[in-house]
Amino acid sequence: MACHISVRVQAESFDAGAEAACLAHGRTELGAIVTFTGLCRDEGGTLAALEIEHYPGMAEAEISRVTEDASGRWPLEAILVIHRFGEIKPGEPIVLVITASAHRAEAFEAAAFLMDYLKTRAPFWKKQHLVDETSAGWVEAKEQDDAAARRWKE
Amino acid sequence: MKALYFAWVREKIGKSEEEISPPDSIATVGELIAWLSHRGEEYAQAFATGTVRVAIDRAHVKYDAAIGRAGEIAFFPPMTGG
Repeated sequence: MACHISVRVQAESFDAGAEAACLAHGRTELGAIVTFTGLCRDEGGTLAALEIEHYPGMAEAEISRVTEDASGRWPLEAILVIHRFGEIKPGEPIVLVITASAHRAEAFEAAAFLMDYLKTRAPFWKKQHLVDETSAGWVEAKEQDDAAARRWKE
Repeated sequence: MKALYFAWVREKIGKSEEEISPPDSIATVGELIAWLSHRGEEYAQAFATGTVRVAIDRAHVKYDAAIGRAGEIAFFPPMTGG
């Protein structure tokens, strides 16, 4: 059976548990579900909020390309990706990746692959707003994220 | 074609989008960036970092990619989502 892929780019928050339950509902062929949620950190109490800018249209298209790549690499039954934009406060979720498969290995690997690729390919940019209001700055891309994405190339 | 600018590229250039009409001699993304950089100090500063990424019609491309009949070309910093 083909992998069921769902991609959402939205300002609203989400409930990871409810999304996983909805995805698994009535799917008796599933043996494994991996749910990854990326959260907004408070950076030691210094961060007031993140402002996430995105490229509407390309964000959905690029995430879809990455999910199709994942479904070609691993025998997955379902993939759900949600990425938020706009203002996000510490403690709130930013990104959700759910992978479902018959066995755990492919669900774990595909979820890690999806996150590594999303961070370096999906057109989103984070700006930090600090508690002391002295400055707001764009988060710089990290070499370690590029390295994490490269490990899937071999 | 429509040019789009995001994040600090948008802030440095001072606008989020505009219509641009490069001459026919501009064939690649790299040539288009050089052409844009001559339009003003704000463009030159945005592109001088050498880190600006480019997408044509909502797909990533490299600097040696042909512009062809692109309808929409976007310029933005390395991605920091996730």
